[in-house]
Amino acid sequence: LPAVRSSVAGAVTMEKLTTYAHVTGYNNFYEFGTDKSDPAANAGTLKPRPWTVQIEGEVKKPGTWDIDALMKLAPMEERIYRLRCVEGWSMVVPWLGWSLAELVRRVEPTGNAKFVEFVTLDDPRQMPGLRSRVLDWPYVEALRMDEAMHPLAMLVFGVYGEILPNQNGAPVRLMVPWKYGFKSGKSIMKIRFVEKQPTTSWQAAIPQEYGFYSNVNPKVDHPRWSQATERRIGEDGLFAKKRQTLMFNGYEAQVGQLYAGMDLKKFY
Amino acid sequence: MNRWLLHPAAKPVVFLLALLPFATLLGGALTDSLGANPAEALIRGTGEWALRCLWLTLAVTPLRLWFGWTALLRLRRMLGLFTFFYALLHFTAYAWLDQGFALEAILRDIAKRPFILVGTAALLAMLPLAATSFNRAVRAMGGRRWQALHRVVYAVALLALLHFLWMRAGKQLFGEVAVYGGLLAVLFGARLHAWRQRHRAPALHRAAPGKG
Repeated sequence: LPAVRSSVAGAVTMEKLTTYAHVTGYNNFYEFGTDKSDPAANAGTLKPRPWTVQIEGEVKKPGTWDIDALMKLAPMEERIYRLRCVEGWSMVVPWLGWSLAELVRRVEPTGNAKFVEFVTLDDPRQMPGLRSRVLDWPYVEALRMDEAMHPLAMLVFGVYGEILPNQNGAPVRLMVPWKYGFKSGKSIMKIRFVEKQPTTSWQAAIPQEYGFYSNVNPKVDHPRWSQATERRIGEDGLFAKKRQTLMFNGYEAQVGQLYAGMDLKKFY
Repeated sequence: MNRWLLHPAAKPVVFLLALLPFATLLGGALTDSLGANPAEALIRGTGEWALRCLWLTLAVTPLRLWFGWTALLRLRRMLGLFTFFYALLHFTAYAWLDQGFALEAILRDIAKRPFILVGTAALLAMLPLAATSFNRAVRAMGGRRWQALHRVVYAVALLALLHFLWMRAGKQLFGEVAVYGGLLAVLFGARLHAWRQRHRAPALHRAAPGKG
């Protein structure tokens, strides 16, 4: 998948990449099972072609995009993002895609569009994990409009120079590097523009533990574990000290102003 | 079954079997084959084996009552001590790999997070049981007092289950917790049933002469 290196500020970290094996073998994707090795083992049943993405809600140009047409909407960029999971581990991943804002601008949101909702496929024939009732399916994630318009919020079609493997959310997923990983919906089939703040899947499941914003924040702990530190997968040795988690996962300079004046303990 | 359990090799065999998970985890750590997140694998692995050993320890009495496998009693102390061993490894792995042995951070973490507090409480409650596990302690304390103390194991089991439940609740994974909970209910139920039968029998006995 040809791409150029991104020129968006903060989009290319110089840190050491997490290996391809770890990026594609250690995943949380509950639609294929709850163990982190499950997605790699079970995602073969997902059919990423043909695929359409439906744009609906408060936009002047709703419609259905074929995945191959959607991929050509903007020049493919390679971006190297830190990925911080809410569970306390992190990776550095070379994604391929472009800013979500490109699509948002193209479909022309109306004045009523305040939030963007991302709906993951929920076909039990393709996704064996849907038979478990861990969450209410389909998986729903959402961003505030200004978050969605931030150039770092990215629609992803590939990783490590290749088309996205199924277990990483083929054929199209979101990547919002300053938020915990679960905010970045995978295998997206619907993007909906809405006026009211949507209830996201994890928020609906355990509201006291997972909030709408879920920004990476070392000062706001998860109720059952600290978020102050993290372990970089494949790099931080077993007995190495865990590394400090950075505010907004190290993207504070780029995204801090989105949350100016907000109490991030309250809006976790 | 009893004859097998009384075989001289029975104890060493069970000992080696109970040591196998430790050997596997240690080998995995040394050869870096515990997957992408070895720290998590070690912390979870030792915790799960502590749970399993505790459930096995608690299964001795019901199995004895149901099937008459009285010789299982010979293995109970060892299973109990393996529970303590894995629980101690579990805590050590947490304190080392997760907290870097930073005492202040560990204390803060225990105070702040109920599920860690509960797990720590379970480990601490096991201390006196492990410390009085040798024969001389039973003689020194007297059988009745020793037994009363060792009933703390029921509280340990409930704390351990709660610890496991709270850990898994963060990810809505209740399947395994339900299995452990169900098994514990059976193990407790067997004891309750036996206790009620013991206490009903003498009562009937006393009532009999009155009725003439």
